[in-house]
Amino acid sequence: MASGRAVVDVSDADARFLRRLAAELGASDLSRCFQCGVCVASCPVREFEADFNPRRIMKLAKLGLKDVVLRSEFIWLCSMCFLCQERCPQDVRPPEVMTVLRNMAAAEGIAPPNLLKLVDLLAEAGRVYPLDDFTEDEREDRGLPEVEAKPEFVMKIAEAGR
Amino acid sequence: MRRAVFLGCTIPARQINYEQSSRAVAEALGVELVDADFGCCGFPIEPLDEVKALSMAAMNLKKAAEAGLDVVALCSACAEMMTKAKDVLSRDDATLRKVNKLLKAQLGTEYGGESPRIIHFARMLHEDVGTEKIRGLVKRPLEGLRVATHYGCHYVRPSNLYGGFDDPEFPHTLDDLVEATGAESVDYMGKKDCCGGGILAVSERVAKGMTGKKLGTLAEAGVDALVLVCPFCGIMYDRYQRLIAEELERSYGVPVLYYPQLLGLALGIDPDELGFDINSVSTDGLLEKMGV
Repeated sequence: MASGRAVVDVSDADARFLRRLAAELGASDLSRCFQCGVCVASCPVREFEADFNPRRIMKLAKLGLKDVVLRSEFIWLCSMCFLCQERCPQDVRPPEVMTVLRNMAAAEGIAPPNLLKLVDLLAEAGRVYPLDDFTEDEREDRGLPEVEAKPEFVMKIAEAGR
Repeated sequence: MRRAVFLGCTIPARQINYEQSSRAVAEALGVELVDADFGCCGFPIEPLDEVKALSMAAMNLKKAAEAGLDVVALCSACAEMMTKAKDVLSRDDATLRKVNKLLKAQLGTEYGGESPRIIHFARMLHEDVGTEKIRGLVKRPLEGLRVATHYGCHYVRPSNLYGGFDDPEFPHTLDDLVEATGAESVDYMGKKDCCGGGILAVSERVAKGMTGKKLGTLAEAGVDALVLVCPFCGIMYDRYQRLIAEELERSYGVPVLYYPQLLGLALGIDPDELGFDINSVSTDGLLEKMGV
């Protein structure tokens, strides 16, 4: 989805994708988007990546262009600051739509490798930042209490379906 | 006042100064922090698998309910994730069913709507302790100190989750807390801007650009420190400050404090108990200015 590619083929619309979007709480109000662009004007990411355009992502999703949207690297670039969500006059909740789209892409195996590693890490270590011996010693030196090094429930939830 | 403290993954491993100062401040304010057997809130994997993320959050909610305690979270993302889980699981039956199917299969349990109060540590200071009480306990007023506040994203947003706490467009609670210490809270352009930490794993260039923008503004404004309440923001502005300065060929030199570090100074707590030695950007000049 490069910025130059302004023309899309709407005949690629996927009705099943649209039904699934409508059924997800996070995307349930996507159909209300009237493309005003308040999300774009509020976006702190856009200043550093001019091609990132939440309004365009909302539009492509609304058109049912599943493959274009789920393969777009831009769905991963929203920083989840929620400024657009506060300001959206239609209560579309663009960051929540991004989460729904990301989940759908991830289910098809499309996700930034750095993020995919996180599920493995939680399944194996129970923590995003494992507590090594050095850290445990430092905590003890400072009189900080011991914390569960490998919470089992986290590992079991993370490893489901792997 | 007793609260279960939720540390999350980042703080106990990588931002011990935030934990150390929060515990010291809580004690000085008469808040007993109880450690429960919590685990990851789920937030890091929400982009990949929201059901798993909500399941982790739900387990933490159950643990807090079992302990019979309200929860204070030091990390803004943890606070948001667990608050969101309470909200979503109370009104989205389809998602609740998926969460319970997963919990049943993996752990032989279910989420039964347990809803302990979950708030951020700074919100507890503002709402439950109160700035009046804090003012009364200040032993070393930080007069003459000019600090900038950084709210970050999840502390006040999405506002629909936070029941009218603070203002998502013009937040003030952190400024109130800063001013309770006697320091001056300086206004600046881009106060609500995101630190970029949320997309560091996706685009380092964009994330660091976002961090550098605020650091540049603050360096020009000549503030004594940036004060914040989230470990991701702390890592971006403090730990990565030198690296970002090198990469963007800038020089910032902005000390970054967790609010409990600032408050601890005002309460007269020894800086050694507040983890200043862990801060990446030197705080020596600031401590000297305060005469500690």
